[in-house]
Amino acid sequence: MKEKIIRILAELRPEFDFAKEDVNFIEEGMLDSFDVVSLVDSLDREFGISINGIDIVPENFATVESIAKLVTRNGGK
Amino acid sequence: MLTVVPRKIVSFEDEMANFSFSPAKSKKLALIMGYKKHRIAAEGQTASDFCLFGLNYLIDNGLLKKEDVDALVMVTQSPDYQMPPTSNVLHGKLGLKHDVICMDINQGCAGFEVGLIQSCMLLEQPAVKKVVLLNADVLSPKVSRNDRNSWPLIGDAAAITIIEKSEEENPVYANVKVDGTGADVLIIPAGGARRPHSEETAEIVEDEAGNKRSLDNLVMKGDEVFNFVQREVPPMIKHLMEVSGTDKDAVDWYMFHQPNKFMLNKVADAIGVPYEKMPANIVENFGNASGVTVPTAICFNLGAKLETGSCKICVAGFGVGLTWSSALLNIGGLDFCRLIEF
Repeated sequence: MKEKIIRILAELRPEFDFAKEDVNFIEEGMLDSFDVVSLVDSLDREFGISINGIDIVPENFATVESIAKLVTRNGGK
Repeated sequence: MLTVVPRKIVSFEDEMANFSFSPAKSKKLALIMGYKKHRIAAEGQTASDFCLFGLNYLIDNGLLKKEDVDALVMVTQSPDYQMPPTSNVLHGKLGLKHDVICMDINQGCAGFEVGLIQSCMLLEQPAVKKVVLLNADVLSPKVSRNDRNSWPLIGDAAAITIIEKSEEENPVYANVKVDGTGADVLIIPAGGARRPHSEETAEIVEDEAGNKRSLDNLVMKGDEVFNFVQREVPPMIKHLMEVSGTDKDAVDWYMFHQPNKFMLNKVADAIGVPYEKMPANIVENFGNASGVTVPTAICFNLGAKLETGSCKICVAGFGVGLTWSSALLNIGGLDFCRLIEF
């Protein structure tokens, strides 16, 4: 799952390295609110889920780990 | 119900260069958010102009008699003047009788529902048999063309809904909630009494995301609006269904305020309603004209269906204020339900 997430992130913002650890994507400005919208759309399609609107908050998109947990929590495998 | 939209169509594709998005990002967002084309008033056209055009259309086509109007309720955030009320101005231009209640209500996204509730309350008065509810906004002059949060979405429009007493039992269930602590989430900071317009307020400033706007322009905290809608709207609808004793699947249509396609689809998912029952096609065809999006959605998607038949419709609006409101009612057998251009 994490590899898929990194691939989606790289397609979204190819200028950044999302495989780096200890980086907060939101605080570092790697993802803005519109990127999050595009990311949610891509995650929904990739994993066949619909991420709950309540879960679309910055802290859930800060790292690959938090995104993976978000996907799992919303039924993705 | 009559919706009046501007003839002028502006396309997102033609404006993409104004925003700090890459072309690839712009195209993807266009699909997800519903950025396509929006209707913008011509220079000098005001919200009341659209209302007057629509009212004269109804009168000229024998769909409304001036002498039957007992109340004129104008819901707008873009009045002609600070004073007098725009409903009074329209009253004068139409030459209505003196025994009319005119009121302006400053509400935005929840404006149709709040106006509907007010209209029903007025109809409780014995002397009031017919209310003309006007929802109208021309906010495009207040939105910076270099604001990617707002400009791609904005639209101008007006809607006229005639509500009258009936002998038939036709209950309207409604709720309305407010959280004024969120008043600055959607705001035009300057130009009112709190901070009058000045050279300073007109100065364009660029924010961190590359949006350029002045204090005289609308500013929207998109993240906060999104989270507010996801948090508050599904429980509001659930409560409405409980109070009315209605199963959500028994509702024919969910005609909701149209902030953008993505937000609305997530609301549909949360409520458990198929997208087909909750059209999200108004931003991409007309833009978001605040409280007018609900009647626009009804006229555009249902139109003649409501002239010949009847549907159980849940309407909801949410945004400016913060205010959120919904209503459940049967609508049908209308004398007219159309969308025209001005």
